[in-house]
Amino acid sequence: MPEMIDQIFVLLKHWLMAYVPGTLQPIASAVLSVVPVLIAFPLLFAITTVLERKGLGRMQNRYGPNRVGPFGILQPMADGIKSLTKEDIIPRTADQAVHFLAPVMLVIASFLVYAVLPIGKNMVIANLNTGVLFFFAVGSMVELSVFMAGWSSRSKYSLLGAMRAIAQMISYEMPLVLASVVVIMAAGSLSTVTIVNMQASYTRIWPHWYVFTPWGLTGFVLFMIAATAESNRCPFDMPEGESEIIAGYYIEYSGFKFALFFLGEYLGMFATSAMAITLFLGGWAAPFSFLTWIPSYVWFFAKLLTIIMAFIWIRGTLPRLRMDQLMNFAWKFMLPLSLINIVGAGVWHFMPAGFARWLIVSLLVVVSCALLSRGLRRGKSFYVRTYRFAS
Amino acid sequence: MTPMSAYLLLSALLFSIGLAGALTRRNAILVLIGIELMLNAANLNFIAFWRYGPHPEALTGIMFAIFSISVAAAEAAVGLSIILAVYRHSRTTDLDQMNSMKG
Amino acid sequence: MTISFLLLAAITITGTAAAMSLKNLVHCVLALTLGLVGLAALYLRLGAQFVGFTQILVYVGAVAILAAFAIMMTRSAEPSELSRSSSIRFSGTLIALMVFAVLAWAICSGTSALQVPGPQPEASVHQIGLALMHLFVLPLEVIGILLTAALIGAGVLAMDETRRAQ
Repeated sequence: MPEMIDQIFVLLKHWLMAYVPGTLQPIASAVLSVVPVLIAFPLLFAITTVLERKGLGRMQNRYGPNRVGPFGILQPMADGIKSLTKEDIIPRTADQAVHFLAPVMLVIASFLVYAVLPIGKNMVIANLNTGVLFFFAVGSMVELSVFMAGWSSRSKYSLLGAMRAIAQMISYEMPLVLASVVVIMAAGSLSTVTIVNMQASYTRIWPHWYVFTPWGLTGFVLFMIAATAESNRCPFDMPEGESEIIAGYYIEYSGFKFALFFLGEYLGMFATSAMAITLFLGGWAAPFSFLTWIPSYVWFFAKLLTIIMAFIWIRGTLPRLRMDQLMNFAWKFMLPLSLINIVGAGVWHFMPAGFARWLIVSLLVVVSCALLSRGLRRGKSFYVRTYRFAS
Repeated sequence: MTPMSAYLLLSALLFSIGLAGALTRRNAILVLIGIELMLNAANLNFIAFWRYGPHPEALTGIMFAIFSISVAAAEAAVGLSIILAVYRHSRTTDLDQMNSMKG
Repeated sequence: MTISFLLLAAITITGTAAAMSLKNLVHCVLALTLGLVGLAALYLRLGAQFVGFTQILVYVGAVAILAAFAIMMTRSAEPSELSRSSSIRFSGTLIALMVFAVLAWAICSGTSALQVPGPQPEASVHQIGLALMHLFVLPLEVIGILLTAALIGAGVLAMDETRRAQ
């Protein structure tokens, strides 16, 4: 029975496919796989916006949205209707075609990456041989749409925001890719389905997730930091710093196009979080062997929501970085550490299983982390800043 | 199925477009892009010959394309930084105005 | 000739031709990405998945962005009214056309032994990795050195000369 509930969506698709004539089979199969994803993740976006606003409100000692519906949970509906009915203003000097294409391309690229993410057991749109490569290749198209948005608006602020965003995204894309290389080395495959299957077995009750190894933990932390920067979230939200360049590259957008940017940004965040889950946290696999009766997609979305919670928490806690700190951190700390981490994964692979390799790889990572952070801090003195108010 | 000559003709056309751009445009960045296009045309040839050739299992065409893409990336990075350096010196990216070495 | 090939070829040619002929440099870069994505799709159609996605990753994610950065930093986004003298433009186009004519003649008169592809060859990532680590390990190392040198060299070249002198 648990098996049945686990595979219910797959069975449903097979059942529906039986009613489709033979020539339409490929198209019908594609539609039946894509449409649920196109519905599920925008829905998650709606839920996340309300969760984020309420969560941030709690952290900042206020209520957050509480007017629309019970506890304000219908707020996303109100927001959606508002943004749909708002006037769509295009600046007179803007490059009309590029200005229009930028949000469209952003949303398309953000949706395309979901093709390789396994949402549950046997639930992936396309099991590509080169899944992880596809993810990063299509993900890099986001940078271009950011540039298009910033440049076509013909505004200083949006151009500055776009340049900041691209510089940041390029700098953090390298640690992002290098952090995932360790998993590809361990799994011996670029296919996301194979990577999850490798992690979906258990020793007694403990799972074989890659995050439970020294290199996996380092890789996961690096990946999540880089993912925060990639999706322009706090504390890396320089490109849209509200207090200096208002909203960055999408300042000149209004109405529905602005909503598309918002959607694209959140979809990108979900996609990188889902990739982190797939690579390090065992994808749809249950955390303990006695919990495998819970359907796989439930586990996937539970993990995704946990990571989103962490994102919201970080946003409510940390202050924004400065541009030079951001760049120094990417190039002088993240990049060398991710390279050392790859060496660590290699050492792990070639040493016999046991306590010794745990010790050696952990030491390698910890010592290099300490040395790199010392190097980053050199010549700077930190102190607790105290603010004196007029008394 | 598409005959191989179609791919080769497409690649030849791509090469000529790149060549025309590299010869006629004044901006150094565009000339560099034209050269990139010519490299890409060669890549298409490699892949087409790999697919239609007698020994596709040898993967030689794929390997050539991969190495050629990496070399093209390196070339673009160095080329664009040279353009930046020249721009700082002469305040222009116009190739016709970069004539200080003209005898 | 199938429709998908003609469509992709049309996208590629339109994109690249626009990249070489448009006035505004940013438009040129955007058109170039369109053309190169079309080319990547052609690679996918030929069964070279790895090369196709690498093409998108390198050209759309890196080279186009680099070119865009170079355009912004050299302030050449405004379309320049002065274009090259018409004689250079004419002769350049003529040379390109002649090159194309010669290549097309060679292709059309060449042997037709390779017109039908064999069975879909296996080019999985696994095999590409094995080939890179066995037969092509020396080129791989050389490429590694080349890329490192290019990374450092590009950084040094683009650095301010006043800072370099310190």
